Amino acid sequence: MYQALYNLTGNAIISTLIVALVPLTIILLYALFAIWLERKVSAHMQDRLGPMRTGWHGWLQTIADMLKMIQKEDTIAADADKKLFNIAPALVFAGSFAAFAAIPFSSAIIGSEIEVGLFYIIAISSLVVAGILMAGWSSNNKYSLLGAMRSAAQIVSYEIPTALVVLTMVMYTGTLSLDKISQQQTAYFWNWNLFGGPEFGITKFILIPFMFVAFIIMFISTLAEVNRTPFDIPEAESELVAGYFTEYSGMKWGMFMLSEYANMFAVSAVVSILFLGGYQSPFGYLGNTLGAEWLVPIEQLFWFVSKALFFVFVQMWLRWTLPRLRVDQLMTVCWKYLIPYAVANLIIVGIVTLL
Amino acid sequence: MALKTETMILNMGPQHPSTHGVLRLELELEGELIVDVKPHIGYLHRCFEKHAEAMTYPQVIPYTDRMDYLASMYNNFGYVLAVEKLLGIEVPERVEYIRVIMGELQRIASHLVAIGTYGLDIGAFTPFLYCFRDREKILSLFEMTCGARLLYNYMWVGGLSHDIHPDFVRLTKEFIKEFRPTIKELNDLLSYNKIFIERTANIGVLPLDTAINYGITGPSLRGSGLAFDLRKDEPYSIYDRFEFDVPVGQGLMGTVGDCWDRYYVRVLEMEQSLRIIEQAIDKIPEGDVQSAIPRRIKPPAGTVYQRVENPRGELGYFIISDGSTNPFRVKVRAPSFVNLEVLGELCKGHLVADVIAILGSIDIVLGEVDR
Repeated sequence: MYQALYNLTGNAIISTLIVALVPLTIILLYALFAIWLERKVSAHMQDRLGPMRTGWHGWLQTIADMLKMIQKEDTIAADADKKLFNIAPALVFAGSFAAFAAIPFSSAIIGSEIEVGLFYIIAISSLVVAGILMAGWSSNNKYSLLGAMRSAAQIVSYEIPTALVVLTMVMYTGTLSLDKISQQQTAYFWNWNLFGGPEFGITKFILIPFMFVAFIIMFISTLAEVNRTPFDIPEAESELVAGYFTEYSGMKWGMFMLSEYANMFAVSAVVSILFLGGYQSPFGYLGNTLGAEWLVPIEQLFWFVSKALFFVFVQMWLRWTLPRLRVDQLMTVCWKYLIPYAVANLIIVGIVTLL
Repeated sequence: MALKTETMILNMGPQHPSTHGVLRLELELEGELIVDVKPHIGYLHRCFEKHAEAMTYPQVIPYTDRMDYLASMYNNFGYVLAVEKLLGIEVPERVEYIRVIMGELQRIASHLVAIGTYGLDIGAFTPFLYCFRDREKILSLFEMTCGARLLYNYMWVGGLSHDIHPDFVRLTKEFIKEFRPTIKELNDLLSYNKIFIERTANIGVLPLDTAINYGITGPSLRGSGLAFDLRKDEPYSIYDRFEFDVPVGQGLMGTVGDCWDRYYVRVLEMEQSLRIIEQAIDKIPEGDVQSAIPRRIKPPAGTVYQRVENPRGELGYFIISDGSTNPFRVKVRAPSFVNLEVLGELCKGHLVADVIAILGSIDIVLGEVDR
């Protein structure tokens, strides 16, 4: 995308700016939609209607909320560490925003076609932990501090099973580039990594159960990484009020909110790239059939967004169904179950691919 | 060199989403482990007992509503029974039946709040709204009967403020029919949920002897395995005419007397309340609900203690009469107040998250704790 713009404008700075603005706009629009969706999903699960007054079925509700939030007074507690307090939301938001740079939305829409996209996403999303700790510490509030400590422990722990599964997939696909991983799983849905990958043969069928295990581990640990129920312990409302962002108000609070929803999408995107073919259509492309090549990237965008949004929906569904684990149980799930299974899976997949 | 460490004091409440009102807990923490819990109460103190001395007997009734505001009917019930005992009057059969039905409906409504908010404390939001949806139906029945949805002032000394609505019997039967399946739904969604069990089983175990020593009553005591229910053991009104069981905690998911047991006793009690209502609803005799209301309430000098099984435990009214139209002294034995005392004992050695689970499982109403 950058290259195309560079050829068009001939100016490196302008092209970079445009490339950077696109994901930001996408995130903002998506977050507005996702917050509305969350309210509607929760409402319909609970025999309610949710927002109905602002626009058709309340679709303007989040926009109204954002306007309210921007107008709100930005309170900073007297004893807070002001510098860190102000940097923290920006850092958290930047961490989740930066992850979008490497996500291939379709074969044509990709911010940066770096070879180590997967590695980059894992690395950059760790930045969020620093922001969260900063927010918790600088608030000078015990609830925030407890929330931040829990969050740091949780995110750091759950990065291990995630990384192990990612490692499995990297070993299997032989590349760290998200775009290449997506390209490999082309054509029909039985070529997706979840169904043993594109190469047809006996290994494909042996791999299927292990791919499912990897997929489940990955999904659970990404849930924990984005602090969603049943792992929403850092912001456990009934225990810690609002966790690390208890003291935040107005748009700074809004940044945490936006980054939560942005993160939800980012991890869903990574899961769908690794296992569900990313932007690949499950049935082939209409564009190819009709001979209209330009249609293919648009279809790919549609499939990619649908897959990612499906996972976002599942995350919401879980949130409104399940209770919350306790902090030590959360660690038990990670260290006693997910990591051993992930390691075993890594070894088995390694051996199978080697044979 | 040893590092100097100290415990952290965390102030939970009075403004906290899960202290079920304006309770303030002073938690002493070692990391996230509880070393000590000190409850501070009194943020909702309204001098009920002193106020009652300046009121005539019927004027006290609206104040009883405001104690346990989730079980107002039952507060009325206990108080009017006490005054009737003092006066030595009999109330008509119709009044007795309606009182029992109202009381049991109120018990279901109250348990629904307890169960729903307990789910909320553990992090399950949806069951909470399902419970409130069903509670809403009960509140509509009450509203239809006496016009109020929360604070009813419905039971009067010797009678009731209003007779039941002509549709009441039909709608109550409909409610019972609709509500039975939702108990099952609630069990599937929350009670037998693996995460919910993990969070509540073996947490805050209250041994029976400790429970008795602390004077715990109601579902919290029954959760520890003792089938003590005043409706059964010391029947008042017409409770001796109905068949119902007293569910006790059996340690199905963990130890007897853990949070899950206390929670589950409430679920089972709703079913028993439905049974009582079913037996009573068809037998309501004809009559006038206000015929026995005395014109002027001026009981003879003396004392009376009347206790009833409120949704939260033993609710007792101790009234001293000096022969005038105002009570000389009204003392309330509030179950929430007594049950709250055991919190510190239960929380020791658990995590912060468990404090919420334990507090929710003993189900207090601050209006009653502070009065």
